[in-house]
Amino acid sequence: MVEINQTLRWKHLYNVLSRPGPFSDEDWVPGPETISALESSKILVIGAGGLGCEILKNLALSGFKDIHVIDMDTIDISNLNRQFLFRQSDIGKPKAEVAAAFVEKRVKGVKITPYVGKIQDKDEDYYMQFKIVVCGLDSIEARRWINSTLVSMVDFENPESLKPLIDGGTEGFKGQARVILPTLSSCIECQLDMHAPRPAVPLCTIATIPRQPQHCIEWAHQIAWQEQRKDDTFDSDDLEHIGWIYNAALERSKQFQIPGVTFQMTQGVVKNIIPAIASTNAVIAAATTSEALKIATACNPYLENYMMYAGEEGVYTYTFEAEKKPDCPVCGNLARKMTVDPNMTLEAFIETLGERPEAQLKKPSMRTEEKTLYQRFPPQLEEQTRPNLKLKLRDLIEDGQEIAVSDPAYTIDFRYRLDFS
Amino acid sequence: MLKIWSMKQQQQQAENAEGGAGKKKKKVTAAQLRVQRDLQELTLGTTMKMTFPNPDDILNFVLVISPDEGMYKGGHFNFSFNVNQNFPHDPPKVKCTQKIYHPNIDLEGNVCLNILREDWKPVLNLNAVIVGLQFLFLEPNASDPLNKEAAEDLRTNREGFKRNVRSAMQGGMVRGVKFEDVLR
Repeated sequence: MVEINQTLRWKHLYNVLSRPGPFSDEDWVPGPETISALESSKILVIGAGGLGCEILKNLALSGFKDIHVIDMDTIDISNLNRQFLFRQSDIGKPKAEVAAAFVEKRVKGVKITPYVGKIQDKDEDYYMQFKIVVCGLDSIEARRWINSTLVSMVDFENPESLKPLIDGGTEGFKGQARVILPTLSSCIECQLDMHAPRPAVPLCTIATIPRQPQHCIEWAHQIAWQEQRKDDTFDSDDLEHIGWIYNAALERSKQFQIPGVTFQMTQGVVKNIIPAIASTNAVIAAATTSEALKIATACNPYLENYMMYAGEEGVYTYTFEAEKKPDCPVCGNLARKMTVDPNMTLEAFIETLGERPEAQLKKPSMRTEEKTLYQRFPPQLEEQTRPNLKLKLRDLIEDGQEIAVSDPAYTIDFRYRLDFS
Repeated sequence: MLKIWSMKQQQQQAENAEGGAGKKKKKVTAAQLRVQRDLQELTLGTTMKMTFPNPDDILNFVLVISPDEGMYKGGHFNFSFNVNQNFPHDPPKVKCTQKIYHPNIDLEGNVCLNILREDWKPVLNLNAVIVGLQFLFLEPNASDPLNKEAAEDLRTNREGFKRNVRSAMQGGMVRGVKFEDVLR
């Protein structure tokens, strides 16, 4: 019985993977090889929330057998309307673990390995084991981090080091799916300007002439808290804190005769919650996971490279190719290798930069991740970093460390990896 | 997958890049790199000074504005800048670290400057913020008040406002509030 169901379950998938289609590549080889390539592809899902639940379910039902998932969050009651892998009894448990267990139970033969924690906990060795990374995140910061990590992992001598990144995102009725081939195509940092900024109300409106209940909440959050509870660090998950903000906002709303402040609205404003729509998540997750299937099996061409979805008025989608930014701080100028004498002073090193063929850097400022090596302006910082000029490179940096160099003559920045001779 | 890699190889042959291989140490972050560039492109003039409590941390610094004209001439006003890793998507967080009498700066040091909040865009840079701050001292703006009393004084009684500014800057009391001496 189980045997039959299992065969039926994959019937249509195997159809797609066992015969060439009108769009499949001429030299594509359909059949068992492709199917086993899919089943052995290790894939990472970042985020097990609204999008993540859908993505995990879709990947499992698309034939992926080795799925990993990272999420640092625990399940909240407000997740249950759309994060369908979670039940009321799961509240408070880690999303990654519950989601993994649920999908494993429902789709026999799939292995899902959860990790409860931040993506920043993991290093390049960890990310190197995957073939594809799929993101269902709600934070730009996390997207930027994984993007720059994947870009810096690309090693020109090792094809396996290039990890396609498939990024999904939703906000209310709007969404987006994109495929990023780190260093090859436009990356998240290249497209940073496309994110709409968080709508903000001028501080003076909040402080003096509130017109909406939200303004009263912002006032309580941004001004009253600071005045009256300076020593407490505000925590939006602490009910006592939210309650305090709610009462302060309510008080103010009465003063200005603005009706409508509720506890729920307070939570929404303070945590910057945009209502999530289950069907938007489903549409976007479907787009990202079919890209994962196409990239893993090469059965059809993949998305190049950005699909936007607008569902507020009817249904509208538009696909275009976002371009790589030549001055992108992450993928615009990849680190070049340079061999240096560790006994050379920083000053002498800077002189050699002036003779580099790719850019004669005459007035460079430079740093490593933890150290400002030399900064020409403003004068106070120049003075503070000037003593470094006389130091030897070995006293300032480690062998193999990366430095970033800016020069006013160029709109782009340069990265060098310094290997000691 | 194979297709993608052959694209990579073609691209690489075209560029003949000397790319880095193997494992890398921590990379300079995009926010740090942007701040490094922004700092280099600042125009501070004689009225502004910056200090870096930790020169290796360029994301946190102090700006001192010493206006050489206008009602706030002679004062030294300190602002702390805190740039997070989400810069330039997020604006820098700027606060006045002294208690000063100004219609657009409240007693906690919050600053009402459009480009620090609702009008911030990633194409703006630190120089734009610094110019904006300096402008607040040259042209305090009564129509966007953060310190309502000060704004009211400015609107209704400009001369009285000027006197209040002078005495607040000397560390005096205005409307029952003691201000910080910014004349040094």
